[in-house]
Amino acid sequence: MVAVQAQDDLRRVLDDEGRVLPGARVPDVSDEQLRRIFDVMSLIRIMDDRMMRLQRQGRLGFYMKAIGEEATHFAVAPLRPGDWVYPSYREQGAWFWRGYTIKDFINQLFGNVADPVKGRQMPVHHSANWLNLVSISSPVGTQIPQAVGSAYAAKLLGKDDVSMVYFGEGTSSTGEFHVGMNFAGVWKAPCVFICRNNGWAISVPREKQTAAKTFASKAVGYGMPGIRVDGNDILAMLQVAGEAIDRARAGDGPTMIEALTYRVQGHSSSDDPSVYRDPKEPELWERRDPLNRLRNYLRHRTLWDESWERELTERYNQEITDALAAADKLGAPPLESMFEDVYEDMPWHLQEQKAWLLAQARTRSPHFHG
Amino acid sequence: MPVMNIIQAVNDALRLQMRAEPRTVVLGEDVGKFGGVFRATSGLHEEFGAERVIDTPLAEAGIIGTAIGMALYGLRPVPEIQFGDFIFPAFDQIVNELAKFRYRSGGQYPCPVVIRTPVGGGIRGGHYHSQSPEALFIHTPGLKVVAPSNPYDAKGLLLACLRQNDPVLFMEPKRIYRASKGEVPEGDYTLELGRLHVTRPGTQVTLIAWSGMVSIAEEAAAKAEQAGISVEVLDLRSLLPFDIDGILTSVKKTGRAVIVHEAPRTCGFGAELIASIQERAMEHLEAPILRVCGFDTPFPYTLEHEYMPNADRVLGAIRQTLEW
Repeated sequence: MVAVQAQDDLRRVLDDEGRVLPGARVPDVSDEQLRRIFDVMSLIRIMDDRMMRLQRQGRLGFYMKAIGEEATHFAVAPLRPGDWVYPSYREQGAWFWRGYTIKDFINQLFGNVADPVKGRQMPVHHSANWLNLVSISSPVGTQIPQAVGSAYAAKLLGKDDVSMVYFGEGTSSTGEFHVGMNFAGVWKAPCVFICRNNGWAISVPREKQTAAKTFASKAVGYGMPGIRVDGNDILAMLQVAGEAIDRARAGDGPTMIEALTYRVQGHSSSDDPSVYRDPKEPELWERRDPLNRLRNYLRHRTLWDESWERELTERYNQEITDALAAADKLGAPPLESMFEDVYEDMPWHLQEQKAWLLAQARTRSPHFHG
Repeated sequence: MPVMNIIQAVNDALRLQMRAEPRTVVLGEDVGKFGGVFRATSGLHEEFGAERVIDTPLAEAGIIGTAIGMALYGLRPVPEIQFGDFIFPAFDQIVNELAKFRYRSGGQYPCPVVIRTPVGGGIRGGHYHSQSPEALFIHTPGLKVVAPSNPYDAKGLLLACLRQNDPVLFMEPKRIYRASKGEVPEGDYTLELGRLHVTRPGTQVTLIAWSGMVSIAEEAAAKAEQAGISVEVLDLRSLLPFDIDGILTSVKKTGRAVIVHEAPRTCGFGAELIASIQERAMEHLEAPILRVCGFDTPFPYTLEHEYMPNADRVLGAIRQTLEW
């Protein structure tokens, strides 16, 4: 038995300017893959900006931005399509990377008739079974043991699929974090835990979540490696995620990754961080912005030019504008859909309640202005 | 036909299903080599191995949370919660997750998990080994709740639960796990969910019960018969959805009803049954519907038999409704 240790040293490949650090090993990622990551990372930034403005205009009930944390989303990049991802609520990039479309995304935010979850959940609670992306839940941490269950199931069925689960550092305080990590360790489940340590759980700083020196160190207690990585360094992210995924697929068990990043803006559209933190703190982190670092790295490698970024920015803005226009024209899901999918077949009491509702005068939903 | 008790019937259903459906797995505390603290999974570990009969770490939220992930991936997990009283660490996983997955994902992610758990008092178990928490789960859209009272029903209902695609809480009456014996077919059979069973036909009063209270209701009905009162006993079997048509057929015939449950009275399932009956059959009722229930106290240890409904109290309620 090899003793499992937490790596308290931070894994980095790029410096804050996007240059490869002396002695750092660059992960084996194709130029095409890197350019695609930049493309999708740009989309997150554009989408977040547009959707938050929409929210401020009162056209969207709620939104959550990922600005500053986008590189952590690409831990999913080394996964295969058959692998499973249990996201938290701030990993837009994981969805887009796996093929969730701008239309799907916006229709979900609007909760309209084309929403993949049929208007059942508030904005940012996506679900895409065709991409093995599991339905998002608001109570934090519930997805952790679930991801371990899927990982165990794959192992039992003799498949080499891996599960990946995202959560924030605040969630490491929940019972479900402990329970999920413990089950995964005991079962040697092919599961990769991504802890997005963005420093803040709404208004509570990371120091108030744990007395441990690092979140990665918690992995030791569960008999798995805990790796600490610069979560704003896309190359380091890809490297540690790739290693953890390979390890899981090879039957060597789970890994926890603490991705050190920073929530540059509010927790959600309902939050105001100026009340509880020093405005200089985000400024410090803006210098480590993951998109800038990737752009600089690509520029050093002559894989980036201004016209390419301008073209993709214009293209995405147009696609978002088109998707918004289309979403605006779509109405609410049909009234009877409220009663569907509670069970596979509708039991008598729901049929009775549905018939009663359909016989009432229709209440106009304040979510729709049509 | 072999005679089995409830434990043997549950064990038989699990074994049959695990043989027929290789994706079926059992998981929980002590369910493996030991065969469960009540021995419901006895022999399964030997036949199906440690990968399909899984001794989990001691954490209910983990048992249900991982069972959910297994079901989403394609397994058919049957978690055991050792006592119904220990289910609450998993309450969030059951209520917010398991019960809601199909709905909240727009039908993308069905979650067929059948949770087995022993419930009820009368075993000198005190508060933490005696509760009947059905109402909390009947109040949870997306779950089905099933509560058999005898070996034949336990096997047929459990097999039915394992062959449909909604999450189920399957509550087993632990006081009569071994005391309740009856003929059980050896082979495969299922009983339709959502259908009650008239265990004793009668004409003057309808007695509604489930789980461990069915035998109390039967006892009360037998005493009533000696006193010249004809009582019809309904074993609900399925609590969500429950058999409203079967209940109304009986109550419209008798005009009187008494409901018996072990759980506390206030907001117990009896309250919902009374509301549902009076909404639909007010003109048939000859008297208020009465309840014989547990009290609105925590489940007591020494005085447990004073707490639990018994045949004399039920007979008293039968007389009261006839004299109204």
